[in-house]
Amino acid sequence: MTTFQIDIQLTAVVTAMACAILGGFLVLRRMAMLTDAISHTVLLGIVIGFFIVQDLASPFLIFGAAAVGVLTVSLVALLERSRLVKGDAAIGLVYPVLFSIAVILISRFAGDVHLDTDAVLVGELAFIPFDRLYVLGYDIGPRGFYLMGGVFLFNLAFILLFYKELKLSTFDAGLATALGFMPLLIHYVLMTLVSVTVVGAFDIVGSVLVVALMVAPPAAAYLLTDHLPRMLVLSALLGALSAIAGYWLAHFLDASIAGSIASVAGVVFALVYLLAPEKGLLALARRRARQKWEFAQTMLVIHLLNHEGLPEAHQESRVAHLREHMRWDEDFADRVLHRSLVQGWVTQQGSYLSLTENGRQRAQQAFLRD
Amino acid sequence: MDLGQILYDLLFDYTLRTVALGASILGLVSGALGAFAVLRRQSLLGDAISHAALPGVVLAFLITRTKLPLVLMVGAAIAGWLATLWMMSIIKNTRIKEDGALGLVLSVFFGFGLMLLTFTQRLPDSRQAGLDHFLFGQAAALLAGDVIAMAALGGLALLLLGLFWKEFKLLSFDREFGASLGFPMGKLDILLTTLLVVAIVIGLQAVGVVLMSAMLVAPAAAARQWTDRLGIMVLLSSLFGVLAGVTGAVISSIGRGFSTGPTVVLCAGAIVFFSMLFAPNRGLIWNWARQRRNRRQLHMESVLRDLYFMAGQHADPDHAHSLQALRAVSAGRGGVQVSLQALEHKGMVRHTGSDQWALTPAGAVEAQRLLHEFE
Repeated sequence: MTTFQIDIQLTAVVTAMACAILGGFLVLRRMAMLTDAISHTVLLGIVIGFFIVQDLASPFLIFGAAAVGVLTVSLVALLERSRLVKGDAAIGLVYPVLFSIAVILISRFAGDVHLDTDAVLVGELAFIPFDRLYVLGYDIGPRGFYLMGGVFLFNLAFILLFYKELKLSTFDAGLATALGFMPLLIHYVLMTLVSVTVVGAFDIVGSVLVVALMVAPPAAAYLLTDHLPRMLVLSALLGALSAIAGYWLAHFLDASIAGSIASVAGVVFALVYLLAPEKGLLALARRRARQKWEFAQTMLVIHLLNHEGLPEAHQESRVAHLREHMRWDEDFADRVLHRSLVQGWVTQQGSYLSLTENGRQRAQQAFLRD
Repeated sequence: MDLGQILYDLLFDYTLRTVALGASILGLVSGALGAFAVLRRQSLLGDAISHAALPGVVLAFLITRTKLPLVLMVGAAIAGWLATLWMMSIIKNTRIKEDGALGLVLSVFFGFGLMLLTFTQRLPDSRQAGLDHFLFGQAAALLAGDVIAMAALGGLALLLLGLFWKEFKLLSFDREFGASLGFPMGKLDILLTTLLVVAIVIGLQAVGVVLMSAMLVAPAAAARQWTDRLGIMVLLSSLFGVLAGVTGAVISSIGRGFSTGPTVVLCAGAIVFFSMLFAPNRGLIWNWARQRRNRRQLHMESVLRDLYFMAGQHADPDHAHSLQALRAVSAGRGGVQVSLQALEHKGMVRHTGSDQWALTPAGAVEAQRLLHEFE
């Protein structure tokens, strides 16, 4: 690996982690689409900030972007409160309008500056190593790495400092209000952090990747654990993994790094979605199948127990009678019987069934459970 | 540029005529289907589908190596469809909520589309030029063939919407009732979502994947303010869509830097803003006036009641009270003097000199009626 490649990957990794730890809360608080809206509208803040200070590297732009982020959230809340439109439509109205204003401002007044609408969406990680940070004349690494590293540390510090407040307002906003934790304030602070993260990342990875990194790794982590700190750490790790794998995918395809990282983050989520030990699709399907058989077997032993020792037991315990009584088709009845015999719930003498001790217990337990 | 010239250009200038026609077809179809999306709280589904269509467009090009509008539209529709299915499956099978599933599918599909787009752009194949117009749309590059494809697909979507009107209405307002009548609500849901995908696909080339969702949401949200009837809302929504499309196309043809997509979206936004302010019954100004009227009425009634009570304290029902006394018992509700003047105008109180006010017989009757109602 060349130092260029290492620089790009390090920057991508800190960006992924900065997004992922915030994203955990966004996914839990159902604010993913609000985040998507902010990721588009901060462009307006950047444009307006740029018109004021005439410098694309100025930290003032971050304030502009954060202000527009808060403006977006407030406008959406205002529209919702007016009850003229529903919440989802409010988001769908506000962000395209603010974004359109930004795009028109750029193409009308900033056509000759390096402020390209495509670059906002895509970013260009490949240019990261060329923009160096110098301290006392020494080259200490790419500027983007320090910028996103700083954003990561800032987000991390916020989460560590206000962990209790964040957790409470995320899982029980009513209780948080009652205890005086001001969930609304936390909501706005969180949204400000999202805006700052988006604007820090916008010329590095673009707004799309920010949303992908804020949603996909936390969503995957959410399917893997029930424990909030573990979920946050896991999403940071999955984000970092997607960043590195995405870089190499882009390297081999000669395609956009941000797009590749988003794609890999999607693939990681898809894998987790299929294979997660308890909540994945496969585990779900296996559990449903197991429950189906268990239920049928339990019905069988209950049926046998019901008639055990009674005069009609001889008639009721005939194998051929099952199909009629349980309304099972032949194939299904055979399989239920086979599983019950193998697992030792019933025994078979000729064409008659009888319960084993195990089977009798199962049937009695099933009764007790109700 | 004067209005006559603009009208002349709309009719006879090839570029402007094509762009305006394209934008109005887009506005018509997305307005009509957007009304259903907004009513069914699927505004953001449109956003997700339109972002998710990008990889479909690029893959359709990579496979066929043509940029025939119909081919790209089919690619976009398939990708949008797959995205919707995946999203539904995530919502159904995991604890991730709708919001997270939308954000996830939207950003991942869009990222994948960008990856494919940049990959394609670096291929030694000049035919890919112009695919990136699908990001923000390039209405100015619309050709007659594109508009014909849009009209064909859009016409089909509107025809189906008309044919299944009753069923879709039922689906949007009372799904369970429809199911109990024996309509296949699941299949109707799929059909309506498919029509939504068609509407999105039609607009991609003109306004781009990023802003397409606004064309679904804005006209419908504006139309919702003016009416409570579905039929009228769909008509108005289409009308607003066409209006935004044509106005946006005209403005962008005049001003430098007004790209068509964002300009059309801003026009739609302006229509929403206007509707929210001025629509009767629901609009903000209407609401404000109604609240003001109600507040005045309440103030007036409470002053009348206060006067009646205070008169009851004295043997003489005509006993006059000072403005200060009335203010004191009004407990800071305000508007006492205005209310008194209004009451005097109605002949329910009379002014007995130097800020003294007394009930007239008519006022006493009215106050009794109010108290009776109050109990």
